[in-house]
Amino acid sequence: MATEFNLSCPKPLANYDKILLGHGSGGKLTAELIRNVFLPAFDNPYLSELGDQAVVNINGIKIAFTTDSYVVNPIFFPGGNIGELAVNGTVNDLAVGGANPLFISAGFIIEEGFPISDLCVIVESMRRACERAGVILVTGDTKVVEKGKGDKIFINTSGIGIIDHDIEISPHKVKPGDKILINGPIGLHGIAILSKREGIEFEIEIESDTAPLNYLVHDILSVSQNIHWMRDPTRGGISSALNELAQSANIGVEIWESEIPIPEPVKAACEMLGLDPLYVANEGKLIAVVSSEDAEKILETMRKNPLGKEAKIIGEITEEHPGVVLLKTLIGGLRVVDMLAGEQLPRIC
Amino acid sequence: MCLGIPGKIVEVFEENGLKMGKVDFGGVVKTVCLEYIPDAQVGDYTVVHVGFGISKLNEQEAQEMLYYLEKMGFLKSELGDQE
Amino acid sequence: MKFIDEYRDSKLVKAYVEKIHEITTREWTIMEICGGQTHTIIKYGIDEMLPDKINIVHGPGCPVCVTPLEIIDKAIEIASTPGVIFCSFGDMLRVPGSKKDLFTVKSEGGDVRIVYSPLDAVKIAMKNPDKKVVFFAIGFETTAPANAMAVWRAKELGLKNFFALVSHVRVPPAIITILESPWNMINGFIAAGHVCTVMGYEEYEPIAEKYKVPIVVTGFEPVDILQGIFMLIKQLEEGRHEVENQYKRSVRREGNIPAKQLIFKVFEIADMKWRGIGLIPNSGFKLKEEFSEFDAEKVFSEISTIKTEESSLCISGYVLQGVKKPSDCPAFGTLCTPLNPLGAPMVSSEGACAAYYNYGRIKI
Repeated sequence: MATEFNLSCPKPLANYDKILLGHGSGGKLTAELIRNVFLPAFDNPYLSELGDQAVVNINGIKIAFTTDSYVVNPIFFPGGNIGELAVNGTVNDLAVGGANPLFISAGFIIEEGFPISDLCVIVESMRRACERAGVILVTGDTKVVEKGKGDKIFINTSGIGIIDHDIEISPHKVKPGDKILINGPIGLHGIAILSKREGIEFEIEIESDTAPLNYLVHDILSVSQNIHWMRDPTRGGISSALNELAQSANIGVEIWESEIPIPEPVKAACEMLGLDPLYVANEGKLIAVVSSEDAEKILETMRKNPLGKEAKIIGEITEEHPGVVLLKTLIGGLRVVDMLAGEQLPRIC
Repeated sequence: MCLGIPGKIVEVFEENGLKMGKVDFGGVVKTVCLEYIPDAQVGDYTVVHVGFGISKLNEQEAQEMLYYLEKMGFLKSELGDQE
Repeated sequence: MKFIDEYRDSKLVKAYVEKIHEITTREWTIMEICGGQTHTIIKYGIDEMLPDKINIVHGPGCPVCVTPLEIIDKAIEIASTPGVIFCSFGDMLRVPGSKKDLFTVKSEGGDVRIVYSPLDAVKIAMKNPDKKVVFFAIGFETTAPANAMAVWRAKELGLKNFFALVSHVRVPPAIITILESPWNMINGFIAAGHVCTVMGYEEYEPIAEKYKVPIVVTGFEPVDILQGIFMLIKQLEEGRHEVENQYKRSVRREGNIPAKQLIFKVFEIADMKWRGIGLIPNSGFKLKEEFSEFDAEKVFSEISTIKTEESSLCISGYVLQGVKKPSDCPAFGTLCTPLNPLGAPMVSSEGACAAYYNYGRIKI
């Protein structure tokens, strides 16, 4: 085994030799960074799946394992805070792999001077979120960095869960004709965050949709074996998630603008800022790609769950244009929904 | 270059000598400078560009242009009910 | 959303498309000059709905794209200076300069901030008296009133730490340059609705008359664009060359008087270099002498003369003049992509190249 770590870059990282904000956006730059820096170093069959979680087999038991870091700004936003985001996010990463989330860990990196009262609010939210999701926080760590060296607080959560069924949930199961379902309206979390960002504050009546999806996932797995792929579309929005699927499964995706639920205030905010709702982050949304025979049944089941009341079928898988996501627009045209290139900048002019 | 969005003026006030207002863009409310539309009032619609209202939208003209084809005799009343 | 949804109505869209097909008997080349309109056209596939006889080309309607390379490089130098807070609209951040872009400056530690309104930059200056706050005042005439107000306020408030790096362009001289160019084949123009909301359309009347080209002032939603195109084609088919106003709900012939008044209190008309096109006389605004204390170009003049270099592959000049389409460029989608742009029209969210790339077509 090589003792030296040789960076192998098949092509220049788009001429950037420094990390940019865009590398953390969940779009093309992130994908490039993973492909060119992380994968070559840690190459193994688990990692190369590039799923939201890894499934390892220990003595015949399938254990799902995931990790995620939370650096959201602002840390308190309409509908929640960084704490519950950290719990729900990790729970969801396990759930979309078909796992039953059980235990999580939390690592805190706190900036010197951060008010302990704020920390208490965050921790209390995490306690409630764990209770709501049915997971137990079993271990943790705390580090403090000097003032100015960290932005208030960052949280990393890792989680483990058990897969106690044999339903394979992976891009390889996705077939032309499969239907794409979503449990509710998109764009809420990203816009809730942006509304509080300095420089572009605006008043809006929406809140982040942060929520644990494990019970919803459990419900649909109980009524059908034909759930082929799931994802919670966070950074990069539903576009990034569907593009990743199109590429890893090498199939075409077609989604229908008329069916995608977008709340009016989200539409308005996106118009104002020049953003496309398809790329805006969500924190309580589930995309499920399922066989067409079971689609209606699964939709009905989703709608019975509080987190799925506005569930819809928003598109389907096709063998045409593999690797590409197409949107059928409101006025009937077709256009490509490309992967997000970098950080979506609020468009002004 | 013209990211101008129409919104409804829901409040008018003065800030540091400038006429300002709160404009509602279908659920998003933003503070906007209304110095360039001095006769604008609550209830009026305005096109906002980079935080400034640049025109007061004329509803009558808007209606007329929407029914342009019909008026010119080109179309029957397909434009009647829009869903 | 009122004043938006009605103009996206698919029945109306279909009606106009049909009508345009009906009345078009000859080949026409028409140009629109506004990034916002370019985007709507490509996003909704409007150009593909038009009859083949109509060739719609995109003009230099993206102020981000036509900002001279020298100014971008200057902005980057200023933003990299310690003690400076550089404020800009979001679009400018990824426009490539000779060596890098403002985004890179930010990643290298420069204090580069995105603002939504020029007044936000003034607020930042007030909150940070020990820093020099420089605002990147770019745009067409649409943004001039906002930028003018920022400088005006800075003077009223007696701010000593607020500066504007001005790069303003005017549409009518660009239209004239295009019409006088030896390879011009434009028969008619779709004029930018928000530029005309501010300036009115009186200036377009002598152009229509002299060059015998019809001009229709048009809005930004699909129905607006189609209605504007319909009115333009109708004029062409009937041999007329007038200035008509499709965007009546927002545009008046005399424009916005208070806005124009303040523009000309703060700015004066000047010659301007357009990236990819060259010098166009009287095509820009610069700060008047009495506001020179706020002029970043004068205040930061000790910045070294930067050697500016365009990529030899980028044909944005031809794209901006409507002579070539983005898809005609050999680098389009290969060497030049939004992640690795060689020229401004690919990086600006309103640039034609970016529009073509992001809403790219597939033969289905």
